Amino acid sequence: MGLKRVVIVGASLAGLRAAEELRTQGHLGTITMVGDEPHRPYDRPPLSKQVLAGKKPPESTALHGAGGSLDELALDWRLGESATGLDLGDRTVLLGGGERLAYDGLVIATGAAPKRLPGTDHLDGVHTLRTLDDCQAIRAALVASPRRVAVVGAGFIGAEVAATCRGLGIEVSLIEALPVPLERGLGHAMGAVVADLHRDHGVDVRLGVGVVLIEGSDRVERVRLTDGSVLDVDLVVVGIGVGPNTGWLEGSGLTLDNGVLCDATCLAAPGVVAAGDVARWPNRRFDEVMRVEHWDNAIAMGTHAARTLLAGPAGAESYEPVPWFWSDQYDRKIQLAGRAGPDDTVEVVSGRVTDRKFVALYGRNGTVVGVLGMNQPAKVMKLRSLVEDGARWEQALEVARG
Amino acid sequence: MRVVVDYDLCESNALCMAAAPEVFEVRDDDFLYVLQDEPPEELRAKVEDAVRRCPKQAITIEG
Repeated sequence: MGLKRVVIVGASLAGLRAAEELRTQGHLGTITMVGDEPHRPYDRPPLSKQVLAGKKPPESTALHGAGGSLDELALDWRLGESATGLDLGDRTVLLGGGERLAYDGLVIATGAAPKRLPGTDHLDGVHTLRTLDDCQAIRAALVASPRRVAVVGAGFIGAEVAATCRGLGIEVSLIEALPVPLERGLGHAMGAVVADLHRDHGVDVRLGVGVVLIEGSDRVERVRLTDGSVLDVDLVVVGIGVGPNTGWLEGSGLTLDNGVLCDATCLAAPGVVAAGDVARWPNRRFDEVMRVEHWDNAIAMGTHAARTLLAGPAGAESYEPVPWFWSDQYDRKIQLAGRAGPDDTVEVVSGRVTDRKFVALYGRNGTVVGVLGMNQPAKVMKLRSLVEDGARWEQALEVARG
Repeated sequence: MRVVVDYDLCESNALCMAAAPEVFEVRDDDFLYVLQDEPPEELRAKVEDAVRRCPKQAITIEG
């Protein structure tokens, strides 16, 4: 093995799983893990759910390895430090404090950062949710019994925050510029089901409207919408998407195009791999260059990228996952295996939408591309193989209905 | 190797079943059943993958 020093930038889920895989595969050299947050890697999904609701303490999000401890990975931590530059020629990573870390192998796992609403930086009470600190700030605001919360953006974060607020008995307006929630992830028809789910639980769902202005003197007081309506609120949570954290790589020579562009094996340059939210790569299974922001992809891609690093270009395998995600909202578990596009055919194959317990298939060009379930985890996982196998649409329907 | 599931954490996401179907099965009642508490060593990589893929960190390996 030619790698002595591995540097992982991003003390994240993807970064940690890469480190774990390096050790599993027998890497005995150093692994330096750089993270700009003060925390060791933690799990983000509970930040919009159990931790935000106060049902679990923040410490419960700490990630551990298969054996239960991170210490066995013997990582050399650089926490609370940002990487500010990369020199591909010298094979060094520059840190904000001035330190230069030399590497033989580099894993880029810097994730993504939430987009902010312009013109709101001077106002208290306007939050995005990505980090543990973000979560605790919003939690503190929820505990203070806000009259109403405006959630801007009905993607996964927004929808989950809205559900958590309702669980706490707090009034919520969920504002989405697109015609339905989760349209990007689930398509129109199933997004409409999610809109109904939120209405069932008393959310004031506002679709097809944007935010004109968030007003207040020091704190947020009102939200003005494009349809002319005005909401009096004490708290705004903005979930309008994320952008990959590639600023530190500007001018490095890596190709940055909505993420770090990798080849099919997760390799971005000789000795450099990328994984998780920050990475974009051609997924040959779907014949699509994708950047996947899901939790499961951070694990799978972090693991794969580590293997690519160890194998070298000649031995590396292409990364061709069937993406998978879940989202818990109220007492419903939404899961999707595969891809769902806006123009896909959607067919419910089991259960009923009105019962909020069903499975639906997504088809494109005569092939099944996705399996969606609401409170049907076993079925989703069993039918996932249809997507893995690239089953024909009619055949998939038959199997799924069987 | 012994597989331990914390059923207070488990939410039957069924990722473990995808990773190691020889060991984990989420049935149509949506409960997780561990098919072998002490799977053979050749399944270790798969079980470790199941541990990593569990969204609730509900699975641990002893030994």
